[in-house]
Amino acid sequence: MSAAGPRATVLVIEDDPQITRFLATALDAHGYALHVAADGRDGLREAALRQPDIVIVDLGLPDMSGLDVIARLREWYTRPILVLSARSREADKVGALDIGADDYLTKPFGIGELLARLRVAERHRAKNETGEADARIDAGDLVIDLAAHRVQRDGADVHLTPIEYRLLAALARYRGKVLTHRQLLTEVWGAAHVESPHYLRIYLRALRHKIEADPAQPKHLLTEVGVGYRFADD
Amino acid sequence: MAGNLPERRSPDQRLDPDELLARMRREEARAQRGRLKIFFGAAPGVGKSYAMLEAARKLKAEHVDVVVGYVELHGREETEKLLDGLEVLPPQRLEHRGVVLTEFDVDAALKRHPRVVCVDELAHSNHLGARHPKRWMDVEELLVAGIDVYTTVNVQHIESLNDVVAQITGVQVRETVPDRVFDAADEVELVDLPPDELIQRLREGRVYASEKTGQALISFFRKGNLIALRELALRTTADRVDAALRAYREDHAIAETWAAGERVLVCIGPDPLSERLVRAARRLATALHAGWIAVYVETPALARLPRAARDRVLTTLKLAETLGAETANLAGESVATELLAYARRRNVNKIIIGKPSRSRWHDRLRPSLVDEIARRSGAIDVYVISGEAGEQAEQSPHTPRRTSPWSAYARSVAVVAAITLLCELLYSHIELTNLVMLYLLGTVYVAARIGRGPSALSAILSVVLFDFLFVPPIYSFAVSDAQYLITFGVMLVTGFVISHFAARGKRQAAVARARERRTNELYALSRELAQSRNVDELGRIVIRHILADIDGDAAVLLPDAEGHLLDPTRFCTRGAATPNPTRYPVPGNDLGIAQWAYDHRQKAGRNTDTLASADALYLPLNALKRCIGVIGLRPKDLAQLEVPEQMQLIESFVTQAAVAMERVQLAETAQVADVEIESEKMRNALLSSISHDFRTPLASIIGAASTLLDDSGSAIEPPQRKTLLRTVLDEANRLHRLVGNLLDLTRLTAGKLALKRQWVPLEEIVGAVLHRLHDALAGRKVTVDLPADLPLLHADEVMIEQLLFNLVDNAQKYTPAGSPIEIAAAVQRGELTVSVRDHGPGLPAGEEDRMFDKFQRGQMEAAQSGFGLGLSIAKAIVEAHGGEIRARNYSADQGGGAEFRFSLPLATEPPP
Repeated sequence: MSAAGPRATVLVIEDDPQITRFLATALDAHGYALHVAADGRDGLREAALRQPDIVIVDLGLPDMSGLDVIARLREWYTRPILVLSARSREADKVGALDIGADDYLTKPFGIGELLARLRVAERHRAKNETGEADARIDAGDLVIDLAAHRVQRDGADVHLTPIEYRLLAALARYRGKVLTHRQLLTEVWGAAHVESPHYLRIYLRALRHKIEADPAQPKHLLTEVGVGYRFADD
Repeated sequence: MAGNLPERRSPDQRLDPDELLARMRREEARAQRGRLKIFFGAAPGVGKSYAMLEAARKLKAEHVDVVVGYVELHGREETEKLLDGLEVLPPQRLEHRGVVLTEFDVDAALKRHPRVVCVDELAHSNHLGARHPKRWMDVEELLVAGIDVYTTVNVQHIESLNDVVAQITGVQVRETVPDRVFDAADEVELVDLPPDELIQRLREGRVYASEKTGQALISFFRKGNLIALRELALRTTADRVDAALRAYREDHAIAETWAAGERVLVCIGPDPLSERLVRAARRLATALHAGWIAVYVETPALARLPRAARDRVLTTLKLAETLGAETANLAGESVATELLAYARRRNVNKIIIGKPSRSRWHDRLRPSLVDEIARRSGAIDVYVISGEAGEQAEQSPHTPRRTSPWSAYARSVAVVAAITLLCELLYSHIELTNLVMLYLLGTVYVAARIGRGPSALSAILSVVLFDFLFVPPIYSFAVSDAQYLITFGVMLVTGFVISHFAARGKRQAAVARARERRTNELYALSRELAQSRNVDELGRIVIRHILADIDGDAAVLLPDAEGHLLDPTRFCTRGAATPNPTRYPVPGNDLGIAQWAYDHRQKAGRNTDTLASADALYLPLNALKRCIGVIGLRPKDLAQLEVPEQMQLIESFVTQAAVAMERVQLAETAQVADVEIESEKMRNALLSSISHDFRTPLASIIGAASTLLDDSGSAIEPPQRKTLLRTVLDEANRLHRLVGNLLDLTRLTAGKLALKRQWVPLEEIVGAVLHRLHDALAGRKVTVDLPADLPLLHADEVMIEQLLFNLVDNAQKYTPAGSPIEIAAAVQRGELTVSVRDHGPGLPAGEEDRMFDKFQRGQMEAAQSGFGLGLSIAKAIVEAHGGEIRARNYSADQGGGAEFRFSLPLATEPPP
């Protein structure tokens, strides 16, 4: 976080004291102001009171389900929500993302990963609040000109079908963030197609073949197995 | 169950199946059923109605709600007086051809619903237009409705005693009560009157008001008759008391061994005598409290009987069933052999057979069935019931005349004529003795080709013609040389013997053919059944075999977990099974009938005792331990179900199928048990090694962390501090992987894992794995070779990713840093094969395929901890998807290293 601006406030709703202790130390060291709530009710109250810039929610809370916390928060809270969850609970992650969480982190995680997600979240918050949209996304060898509907790889135009373009644009617009299969299907094909995820996979494969140097080792279009896709933000 | 149901024999007596089912259900909850009390007497006029009404008055005095449903007064004043003060239901009035008849009004009684109803004459046959053809059916309905019934019965009205009474009195009584109704009565009170007093009452006109009636019946009321009837009534009552005592003992678990397994077998044939045999058997069996079996042995000769005779057998068998017998149809060459074999198999200790009246010389020529059985019966007692004179005298029931049609005799005459013509031509050229040979040849031919009777005729004709035409003096029956008499005798005897053996040979061939056909069909079925491992498939097989024999529809009904039969998924018609994926609803109430068959493990529906009005027959798939389901059979021609051999074959089919189905189900259960044992073993192995696998990284972490914390004097240099911290992180990551693997394995081996299959490109999974292992693979050359046209996999994405992750992770962990790794895929024969190859030291020689279960062999103490676990998981995932996984080493000249290769079946259908 830039030292110049005001310290961004983070609310952590997490019941495990060891994890909150580690988060407090690490986030403080990286310039965030931290508030901690040990259960869901407390968390909702704190969120209303402190109006944090980012909320981190653990899905396993003692008093209520993390999913309920997200749903209640999303009734009024528009800033990023980050979910913490144990591995192999893909369904929980998808559920959280579908009801409005912005991203997730799988426990255990390193502080580097957390900071990267926080940076992405913050960037999206900033953009949301200023209302400005990216006209042009520069991702290394790939340039996506959202205004001109043009995609270039290594300076050469890449020809995409309209659906491929919409798919790429959706992922790039939320770059760094996981989009679930459902979210992508709704965004690109419309709500009627959410039960046909293989459409998505086939188009994504085609897209990879057009914009990735090695489609089997993608740099931009990453798969979050069992959850969705993420446009790499680096 | 069926014991309390009205008989349903003729179509007009049949009840609506709905009503019957409902009735049966009600019966199952017997609690509200009414009690039946029978006032039992030896003859009319002993005072049954009187006793009944007196009992009713007594109840009335005790303020019990009792009404008189119907009483036959016969103008008896004493009885009529008893009606005073009792509520009498008005009778139902039926008009039939201008005559008004009165009957007991069931509906009125049901509507009135008193505690007790008195209904006279249980055996009475109702007039046309009444609800039931028999009064005992009316009474049955009252009992079912929970109303107690008092009624009267005379001894001659009891079905099984019917013929005995007819023998005593010479009067055949048409109105009868089935024994089971009588047996099921809750109470029987004998109303006894010594014969002299009865005759006295009769003379005084106290039995029948009309003098004429009394006179007409005087022959029936002969003293001798009355004594016999009285004895019969007393004995029947005594039997009942005995039975009640026995039931009491059983109910109260009084330990006493009864002559265990007393079993009576009665052999019946296609003659009227058989009916008497059946009744006699029933009496004997009842007296002995034994089970009894009525058996019909069908020999090839009997199989050729006219339809009427066969029908009579069926009727007799049904009578036996009605009287409570088990029935069996046997087939074989010899009645005695089959019967005795069956008797021994079923532990029968008494056989009842009929002795037909035959002439003595016949008995000498050919031992009768009675003799044969008596000779070979061993420990089994044989009871012989003789036929009455005049009845059935001309034929033994088991050796009916095998009549050949007239054309056969004509053909045999033609053969003899032809031979005679030939002899005429050869007469002057050959010896007379050789002409005899030609005639014998003719007889042999006729015996072999035409039959026994014609062959005997040909033997006689031959002798006559030979004598008349060729033996001097020619054209005369006179014989000049007495030696020719020997020739005639030998010719005749030889002819008869030949014809006998030839005919017997033919018969045996026919039996053998029939038996062979049956054996072949059963063999074909069992062979097919043995090849299937699936209950549905077994059902389809048996249905196909049944429909090969019977034209119609058939279906297998299997129960759900709660034992409720489900509509079959298909009803098969002969020829083509209709591959209809939706459930085929069983018509009407048939599902209820099938359910009954399943619950009671007895057949039901058409041609059985239970709900015979149905169009279909329901055969339970009775295996050794349980009933698997029910086979429903709806033939186009219902008569097909009445052919004994046919039914026997079908029942054999059903039994075989049931055993096969049970085998499959037991195998499945056993497999489940095996899997449980396996995973139990695995779990134990896991637990024992967890200590090692977990404690090693924990020891490092605790050690490193406590060292750092202890460092009060900052003695540890920053680089060393960093090394310790790195140790903590690395070991924590190792623990993390271990925990992940353990969780995966637990989920996989719990056996309840549901695959979340989705259409997913392999490329995407490879990409995700390489991304996850990005840091670990740094500095290595990873080659990915995937054909551009790989089809989508229909698999659990998360699991396949885990599988591939474990393989690539192993490849990078156990090979020198910087050595290349190759991932490749190919499609072969409907399978997707994926290989992960490294260029490390390779797997221990000879242990390649054991890598996957290394864990179970308890070699976890090896330095490479967690190794077996990852591969066990990989294997479990592959197998959950129906694929297989192998490991191999490459030789040094192939570049060395190990390769793990798994293959997954590709979906046969494309994504929607």
